[in-house]
Amino acid sequence: MLHFEDFTPGSSYSLAEKHVTAEEIVEFASEFDPQPMHLSEEAGKASILGGLSASGWHTASMFMRMMYDGWLSNSSSEGSPGIEFMEWKKPVLAGDTLSGRSTVIESRPLRSRPGIGMVKFLHEVENQRGEIVMRGKNPIMMRFRDGQENAA
Amino acid sequence: MRLFELSPPGRKVITGTLVFTAEDIVRYAKKYDPQPFHVDAEAAKNYVFGGLCASGWHTCAGWMKTYIAYWQKEVARLESEGLVAPKLGPSAGFKKLQWLKPVYAGDSVTYSVELVETRPLMSRPGTFINMTVCDGVNQNGDTVMRYEGTVLEFA
Repeated sequence: MLHFEDFTPGSSYSLAEKHVTAEEIVEFASEFDPQPMHLSEEAGKASILGGLSASGWHTASMFMRMMYDGWLSNSSSEGSPGIEFMEWKKPVLAGDTLSGRSTVIESRPLRSRPGIGMVKFLHEVENQRGEIVMRGKNPIMMRFRDGQENAA
Repeated sequence: MRLFELSPPGRKVITGTLVFTAEDIVRYAKKYDPQPFHVDAEAAKNYVFGGLCASGWHTCAGWMKTYIAYWQKEVARLESEGLVAPKLGPSAGFKKLQWLKPVYAGDSVTYSVELVETRPLMSRPGTFINMTVCDGVNQNGDTVMRYEGTVLEFA
């Protein structure tokens, strides 16, 4: 299992691949973001997104699952306090296949929580054409391997 | 009409309230964020958050859900008054998203949006970008999430 100590700056972890179906785009949008371009191919084509496209929050949610399946489930994650930025750079369309990676930018032990450190990642999600569709930067809390506070 | 005419910068608009049941928290998390503290109340006790709580992305999706419901009502109201509602488009992203407190099972979150500023998009004449501040406050008055959003608007 990956712990705080393993996340050295520059190390990179693959996100699981994800095929995006029209059905799940519509399902997510129906519950959380029922705008026409997320609900039908026709309305999507008529919008500047160019087709039935995932809600940005759906893309973020799919990214979360890709990260979980790719590497987070094999880590000592304690959750995250937030996201510094997230860019939805291109539409995610029905039929797309997404992949990507999380790269460690920096890490530091948390003074306020012994045995836990904060690891900052840059996340990139791309489609089957290699175009970046989403980027984001965020810190994730990780437990130390030995459960002890790092003296440094 | 433009968004800033409907909702001047600095005016906070309450969009709605969402109750986060344990069922909904687990249903969302099993699909998108199955970390133990989002899917298993017992296991959650051994983690920093200390109890079953919603995925941060679920909290964000909840903001969108109340916003769209609010906006659809608002558009209908304006049309019934013979006015043309602002034509809003997609968002290019957000920044400074903070999950300030866990949203635990049973919490209710009241969401809001506030326009901060609007400016023309140089690359797309006739299109404007609106900067917003969005937040969610729980039943105890604690802010649980907050972010700075963007939304396009077509003149």
